[in-house]
Order: sequence, then structure tokens, then C-alpha cells
Amino acid sequence: MIALGRTYLLATIAFLYLPIAVMVAMAFNDSALYTLPIEPSLRWFASLAVNAPLQSATRNSLLIASATSVIATAVGAMAALALERKRFRGRSLLRLLLLPPIAIPWLIIGTAMLVFFFWTGIGRGIHALLIGHVALAIPYVVLIIGAGLQTLRADLEEAAMSLGSTPIHAFFSITLPPLLPSVLAAALFAFAVSLDQFVISYFLSTPGVSTLPVEIYSSIRKGFTPEINAISTIFLGVSSALVLVFAQLSHLGGKRDSR
Amino acid sequence: MARRDWTTAALLAPAYGWLALAVFLPLGAMLFFSFLKAAPFGTRPLQFTFDNYLAFVRRPYLIDVAWTSIQIGLWTTGLCALVGLPAAIALARATRGRSQQVLFLLIVLPFWTNGLVRVFSWTMVLREGGVLDYALHLVAPSAPAVALLYSFPAIIIGLVHAYLPYMILTCYLSAAAIDDAYIEAARSLGARTPMIFAKIVLPLSLPGLISGAILIFVPVIGSFMEPRILGGRVGVTMGTMIEDQFVQAFNWPLGAALSFTMLAVVLIIFGVSSRALSARFGAQ
Repeated sequence: MIALGRTYLLATIAFLYLPIAVMVAMAFNDSALYTLPIEPSLRWFASLAVNAPLQSATRNSLLIASATSVIATAVGAMAALALERKRFRGRSLLRLLLLPPIAIPWLIIGTAMLVFFFWTGIGRGIHALLIGHVALAIPYVVLIIGAGLQTLRADLEEAAMSLGSTPIHAFFSITLPPLLPSVLAAALFAFAVSLDQFVISYFLSTPGVSTLPVEIYSSIRKGFTPEINAISTIFLGVSSALVLVFAQLSHLGGKRDSR
Repeated sequence: MARRDWTTAALLAPAYGWLALAVFLPLGAMLFFSFLKAAPFGTRPLQFTFDNYLAFVRRPYLIDVAWTSIQIGLWTTGLCALVGLPAAIALARATRGRSQQVLFLLIVLPFWTNGLVRVFSWTMVLREGGVLDYALHLVAPSAPAVALLYSFPAIIIGLVHAYLPYMILTCYLSAAAIDDAYIEAARSLGARTPMIFAKIVLPLSLPGLISGAILIFVPVIGSFMEPRILGGRVGVTMGTMIEDQFVQAFNWPLGAALSFTMLAVVLIIFGVSSRALSARFGAQ
């Protein structure tokens, strides 16, 4: 029974990785028409160097993801601190308001942003993408840092303050150091959310200014070359590395230690 | 006290202000738009109407489109449950320690890679002359060509692949929480493995199954990129209909009304299922 379970599990994992492996393999295939068997070649990676639209989309993606990570982490950490450490009316309502951005389908949020930004003159482009991505990342940041705060003792800050420390000094010297892994995990998560976001970017980008996923989507619809595989492979490597670091930071999956 | 109130407000204001600007006000604006005859740009006067919400009556083909979306949602959710639940139970019960952590990570990892890239990957597997076709002809050279791309099954395969990790994750959390003592007690009373599975493991994994099903069904009925890329002309869903209203047809009021109809369905699903979950499992 145990052996059967393990075999089944491995088969499921194989299913999850099969198409990704094919995608990566095709990035190294010389044929532009994806013909088999594979003839190894690096030409598609080389031709990325002269593909200006893909390069600018990649730059935009990295820029927006970095800015999203910084802004969402700062803003979200402040909110998490208030939600965890202060007592006030309406706290549970504010917690509840974190859920719609996570639970409502992106298609609906994305089109709503398009309508509102167009109507109010905010428009589309890099700034609109940034506004949208930060909003998507904030709830996750608040939840991750909030969970981190719950494991820390609140009375240490109070002790520091009763001994004459200012609240800001107490935060930076007492609360922040043990909270740092959570803050870092939240920042990485926000980065990954932004980097992988497609639907909202699709509605908020303009023909000149887009992100990598949007550029990949329009190439897929227009007819594509293995250059898309090459850039996707690089992208995949970056996302996976981020998740591994995140897992290390937040001890994801280590809940049941059976020693 | 007043000073502390101000501190709290100052800590909360940026985050909630941002959410208001980027999520809540836009949803409000879209609700407003859904009652307009035409988008209020330029000097056009505002004309209110309820017509957009009657679209399903006026345009009967929308019912077919909605039905396609629901079918896609049901097939995807059902197959994810069928594949994911046993995998989650196997992960929780048949592995432990370090290997469990590694396998867990392997399952969650693809879910953080770009969804678009994964859908794109399937086009290379499913197309005529693709990997599946090639592999089949290596084994059986005289078999007919396999071209699954641009069909209903292709959409389902892509979506199951995209959402399976959610189901494994939620079911795993339930299955891992089952107290070993229940299983040992049943075994010492003479129950065999199939009996233990049916009477203990499966019922106690049910909350994970239900929350996984909601987490999958809701985004799947709103999906538009997967049906477009994998379904081609077959892939006309509510998601692609809504996208068309905003990107191609520029009938924003109709698109807004369709979005809100879908949002209403989503909220009803959340409401009903959270009530069902708390009624059934809240007592524990």
C-alpha cells in the first residue's frame, strides 16, 4: 500500500513536470518548427540578445517586480503591525477586506482596474501596472508578516518602551530583528506575485509598454519561435530559485517533523 | 489614547488607501458602468439601464457560453479531486521526514512558475507532430495522428495541470492533520486498509477536498487565457466573452455586467460552501 502510494505520488509529480520539461528541452532544439528529435543548439538564447521588445518587456517586469516588492512590503508591514499589535474597533472588518483581492478572479479585478483607471485619467502603462501589482501583493504581505508577528512576544516591546525607549526605536531594535525572515519572505513573495502576474498586466499594459508575460502571450497568439522557450526557460529558473529561497525562509512544508 | 488612535490610523492608511484606489473603487466604478447604456466618455450624457443584466435573455448564445464555462469548471474540479486527493493522502501518509518535505516542495514549485508558460508548454505536447504524437508513433507507427490541441480536452488538461497543486495542497493539510491514533485504533480493532481509508482517512480529508474544489472552480470559470491558447475556436467561455467586451468590442457596460454576474456566482459559491463547511466541521 505504501509502495503503491509512493509510485502514484511520483507519477503525479511526473505529470506536473512533463510539459515544463518539454518546454525547456525545446528551447535547446535547433528547429524553429519544434520538430523532433531534438538537435541541440543555443541559437534561440543567442537571438534573445537582439530581440528588443522581449528585452524591454523583461526590463519592465524586473523593474515593476522590484518596486512592488519594496512598496508592498513597507506598506503591508505597517498594516500588519497595526492589525496584530493594536486593539481598535473594526479590526476584524479590516482583516476581511484583505480577502477580496485574493479571492476575486483576476479577470474581474483587472477589467475593473482598466475601467476605473481609464475613467479617472490614471490611464495605462508602467505606473498603472505598479498600482495594480502592489495592490495584489499587499494582502499576502500582511498575512505573511502578521503570521510572523503572532509568534513573537508583544511584551518585550512594551518592556522596552516602559524603560524609556520610543515606539520607533523599540520596533527597530526589539521587534524587527527576529521578524526579519518573515519580512524577507514577504518581500520575495511580493516579487514573485508581480513577476508571474499576467491577467492584470494584460489589461493595464499598452502596446509600447508591457511586461514579459504579456509579451509572451501576444507572441503565442501571433505565431512564435523557440525564442519564447528560451526566455521562458530563464524566467522559470528565476521563479523557481525565488520559491526555493522563500521555502527556506518560511520553513514551508516542514510542518510535520516526524523525528 | 487619542495619540495611539492616530498611530494606528497612520499605520493602516497606506495599505488600505492603496487597496481602495486599486481594488475597491474600481469594483465600484465597474458596478456603476454596468448600469449604463454606453461608457460615459467625452460629452455623452449618462443614460441608465438594466439591459446589460438582461443579456442572458436577449442573447441566448450567452447561455451556451456560460454552460461551456460551467462544464469546464466541473470537469477541471472533478479531475483535480480525483487525481489530487489520492496524491495528497499518499504524501501525508506514505512519506515522512526529509523526503516528504522534498516531495511537498516539488508539488508546490510548478504552481509558482508562470501560468502562461505552463499553458504554452502544453501546446508543444498536444499539437499534431508534438511530443505526445511523436511518442505514440515511436511505439505504434501505424497509429492515426494525435492532434489534441484546439479541443475541449486540451483546455481541461491544461487547467487540471494548472490547478492540481491547489487540490493537493488543501487535501494534504487535512490528511496530515489526521491523528495517527485513530488509524492505530481502527487497525487494532481489525479494520483493513481499504476500510480505514473509506471510514477514517477519506471523511477526515473532506474539508480539504471542499476548500480545494472552491479554490479551483472559482478561478477556472473566469479563466480566459487557457481556453484561448489551448481551445482555439472551441474555447469560447465567459472569461473570453468578458475579455472581448473590454479588448475587442469595447462594450464596457456589457462586459461590466457580465463580470458582476460572474462575481455574484463566485460570492454565492463562497457563501454556500463556507456555511456548509462550518455547519459540518465547525463543531470539531
